[in-house]
Amino acid sequence: MADKINLIIDGIEVSVEKGKSILDAAKQIDIRIPTLCHHEDLCVAGNCRVCVVEQEGRNNLIPSCATPAENGMKIKTSTPKIRRARKDIMALLVSEHNTQCTTCYRSTNCELQDLAAEYNVDNNVYLSVLKPNLKIDKSSWSIEKDDSKCIRCQRCVRTCAELQHVNALAVTERGSEMKISTFMHLPMNEIVCTNCGQCITHCPTGALTERRYYDEIWEAIDNPEKHVVINTAPSVRVALGEMLGYPAGTRVTGKMVTALKKMGFDSVLDTDFTADLTIMEEGTELLTRLKEVLVDKKDIALPMITSCSPGWVKFIEHMYPEHLAHLSTCKSPQQMFGALAKTYYAEQKGIDPKNIVSVAGMPCAAKKYEANRSEMRDSGYQDVDAGLTTREIGHMIKQAGLDFPELEDGDFDSIMGESTGAGVIFGATGGVMEAALRTAYFLITGRPVPFDNLNITPVRGLEGIKETSIKFENCLPEFSFLEGVEAKFAIAHGLINARKIMDQIADGKSPYHFIEIMACPGGCIGGGGQPIPTNDAIRKKRIEAIYAEDMGKPIRMSHENPEIAKIYKEFLGKPLGEKSHHLLHTKYRKRKRY
Amino acid sequence: MLNTKLRKVDIIFSPYSIEPYDILKLTIKKNKEKVIQDIIDSGLRGRGGAGFPTGMKWKFAQQQESKTKYVICNADEGEPGTFKDRKLLVEVPRKVISGMAICAWAVGASKGVIYLRREYRYLINDLNKEIEIYNQNAKEIGLDFSIEIFLGAGAYICGEETALIESMEGKRGEPRNKPPYPIQKGYLGFPTIVNNVETFASATMVCRIGSDEYKKLGTDDQKGSKLFSISGDSPKEGVHELELGMTLKQFVDEFGDGDTKAVQIGGVAGFCVPRKQFDTAIIGEGNTTGGSTMIFNSSRSMYHVLHNYLDFYAEESCGQCTPCRIGTQQLLKGIEAVKSGIRPASYLDQLIKLAETMQITSKCGLGQSVTNSFTSIVKNFREEMIY
Amino acid sequence: MAEVKELVKKLVEKHGRERQNLIPILQGIHLENNFLSKEAMLEVAKQLDIASAEVYGTASFYSFLDTEADGKYKIRVCKSITCDMKGKNEILKTMEDMLRIKVGETTEGKRFSLIETNCIGLCDKGPAMLINDEYYTELTPSKVRKILGDYIRNEY
Repeated sequence: MADKINLIIDGIEVSVEKGKSILDAAKQIDIRIPTLCHHEDLCVAGNCRVCVVEQEGRNNLIPSCATPAENGMKIKTSTPKIRRARKDIMALLVSEHNTQCTTCYRSTNCELQDLAAEYNVDNNVYLSVLKPNLKIDKSSWSIEKDDSKCIRCQRCVRTCAELQHVNALAVTERGSEMKISTFMHLPMNEIVCTNCGQCITHCPTGALTERRYYDEIWEAIDNPEKHVVINTAPSVRVALGEMLGYPAGTRVTGKMVTALKKMGFDSVLDTDFTADLTIMEEGTELLTRLKEVLVDKKDIALPMITSCSPGWVKFIEHMYPEHLAHLSTCKSPQQMFGALAKTYYAEQKGIDPKNIVSVAGMPCAAKKYEANRSEMRDSGYQDVDAGLTTREIGHMIKQAGLDFPELEDGDFDSIMGESTGAGVIFGATGGVMEAALRTAYFLITGRPVPFDNLNITPVRGLEGIKETSIKFENCLPEFSFLEGVEAKFAIAHGLINARKIMDQIADGKSPYHFIEIMACPGGCIGGGGQPIPTNDAIRKKRIEAIYAEDMGKPIRMSHENPEIAKIYKEFLGKPLGEKSHHLLHTKYRKRKRY
Repeated sequence: MLNTKLRKVDIIFSPYSIEPYDILKLTIKKNKEKVIQDIIDSGLRGRGGAGFPTGMKWKFAQQQESKTKYVICNADEGEPGTFKDRKLLVEVPRKVISGMAICAWAVGASKGVIYLRREYRYLINDLNKEIEIYNQNAKEIGLDFSIEIFLGAGAYICGEETALIESMEGKRGEPRNKPPYPIQKGYLGFPTIVNNVETFASATMVCRIGSDEYKKLGTDDQKGSKLFSISGDSPKEGVHELELGMTLKQFVDEFGDGDTKAVQIGGVAGFCVPRKQFDTAIIGEGNTTGGSTMIFNSSRSMYHVLHNYLDFYAEESCGQCTPCRIGTQQLLKGIEAVKSGIRPASYLDQLIKLAETMQITSKCGLGQSVTNSFTSIVKNFREEMIY
Repeated sequence: MAEVKELVKKLVEKHGRERQNLIPILQGIHLENNFLSKEAMLEVAKQLDIASAEVYGTASFYSFLDTEADGKYKIRVCKSITCDMKGKNEILKTMEDMLRIKVGETTEGKRFSLIETNCIGLCDKGPAMLINDEYYTELTPSKVRKILGDYIRNEY
């Protein structure tokens, strides 16, 4: 039985579970205490000292985030002493900070800025101790690191360690020289960074941001010679609203499409289409692998693991290079889209592929890196010219002067704009698995997957690692080799969970046949390119929106997408066929682990 | 209650009239609770600076239920003006080790570590020899407690007990949030006692002479004797053992050079007492018990002294918490700005307030104690800060 | 490169692979190589299976763990207040003149590095300094000329 702790905060009695902090207790009675280094996804650091409160009987203030509630405590959260101290601490942070807020990407979405304004901090109380000559690290395709904006809260360091288990960022030096940096201060593109961008969404200020490409994209839009196509990922439509004044979990698909068209994109297409295509290719690849193992007794790597998440792909390349054979050879939906935009789409539309600018609107930071991988040029050009995050799209809509809430709903263009509910749910952790099972089960047995409304609930939700299994019975003749086989599946999100799955594989103890892994907690809806803040409450709302979008779709299995049938008939031939192999599949490379 | 005169004592460095390991041998035949109670009764407080009652710490540690417990001797003596621990380790290492062993026996610990500051690496060979001798003795008396040396790597903050533990765990020496305290969750998560070198040596001597005898020394508030590291403008620099409870006047009369302007008590983390307060200030009361006393005569610039301290702090702060990392830099830059006329003299008042903020909001003792020297120097020598 | 790997391997075998052995291992490397090279830190990361950024972050915290190659003899002159009062600057000046470098610099050929350090616990005998692990106290310019002269003539 959990012990209850009783304490008094600002005169109000509050009872919390043992182990909860004073901050938690205050939240329970709707008292807001300012924080900076605290993030509910992460362990407690207690280093910014903004959340200090007064405890009766003590002269020194105590950090509410790092102090466990104790019986009989009498706490005050807003006294002159506290306010003065908080204001002083904020003034110190400001004195160490590059305060050119007007030109900061995170302006109006910055926790330091908010608090400094709230406490009316005078920028000139203290002398500036901002280190001169700090350079912005723009070496990475995905992430920009600007130390002049860093408040050393270490949220990025904890994110990289606790959520992702990558530890690309660390605290280095000490005292006045202490900073957040990398191994030997190497640039971001030379270290073990997966580009997942979780450090960005956990950064309270503008110290870590995605590399922005919207100027280049405006330029392409303004160039009459260029045909600019954009495809948007499923989780963009359930999060973009947060950039534009809507509450979390609002679906803005139609308005988003209209906005992009009004901005001047020549064609607004749906990444969900290539998500469906991924199901066809990856599903076929899985069935082929299963057959090779079960029937031909070949030494083929199982479990097979999804390859949609470029942060995850770079993670396995760094951390488990000897196990790359487990990775599906399928490109991610973004890259399939890019390869097809400059081949199939160009052909169908009669446009010279060299004039096509292919843009991907993604919830992701790593997608920017992925677009620039040297493998990703199978169309004969760079398949995807630029990746935009949900945040950048939000900014571009504002730059275009659009009154977003007033926009009519629009429809994706064709071709490559048609999608199914299965494509949509790629955005949530477990979604690729669910989409794959909906199609695979049908292909194997000729019947829909045996779950109410096709909703495979065991693969859904925010638990770090989820498992399920399905027994195949009464298989179609072609798949008789699966008769009676109980296939085991796992889903992991957040790279720390990926590591657990991979350690199991490395030990030869993985019981699974197929695994879905996403780099970011919650899957793409919690991606490094999504609106800030992102936390579990917001992740849940975005996930609900994803499944609502799925339920609203007339077609909810990938293989039933009419455009999918069309592309195989007219262009690709068959899944894993020669053309698919050339355009839709890729290779991986071994990288250094340390 | 004051002592009527300054009294030199000779307990800690007294030659081994009885082998410290014989003290150990006799002590561990007694009742554990009684020995701990004796330490409590003696009034012995931690000699590192914070002054926590030693016996209480031992008692709490004894109450922890854990098969594994650690006893750590904090020999990361880094406070400017302190060098007594070095002398103890050189001259009476067996009293220190014996204290560790008594503590381990009393609280039920089987592993001990001496965290030796990197700057004292030259002591390591002799210390290892002493540890061998101890291990031999421990075997003979059937005591299951072994000792190793952990060599620091150069960081003042590692004298803070949780930073020291982090450092031993192979990490940056950044102080932890408390609670939990080391006696609850210390090295590798096990209950851990961290005591200063002198504390262990003193504990041995309490066991030797008994708490009644020990607490006859000193005053009601401060019992026993204490080592003082005396440096600066003094003809008698060095380590001196003195009965606690003397006024600064008595101290300066004995150790000053006749022209003493101020005394820094407790290292840079302590207070700077000006001449006009010598009569009333009692060493160890309202200031710290680390024993560093630096004497400044009238030729010294207190601006220069304070600048030196702040420079030290800005380098030695671990950097993790805001008030300490940035506050130390601001105080340093601030007094420079006043001195050079970039900021008005009234800015000193702003800085005193900042030092107060640092005191009440910093994560550990380092940031919390900057105000001690800062405020006492700026208030007492304000004109030297300006002109 | 191969030597570094060998050295790290030896140290890891001696101390163990757990994180709490990191500092003794780094000190062991330092003792042999006089600094922690990139290769050495990477090898430690590999052997202990911790991130290289963590190894570097830890090493860079401590003032006796150098991550850049410097002098074979590292002269650390105490700059804390009492050594300062007793003439630290004069001592530094004498050494700067003899070594023809400024504080913070290393002589050509990397024989000597001259730096200032915080209190080394020899306050009653200031000014004091460490040359590697040897300590020298109650320094005067002439004493320094003798001590350093001996080092320069490589009698040590």
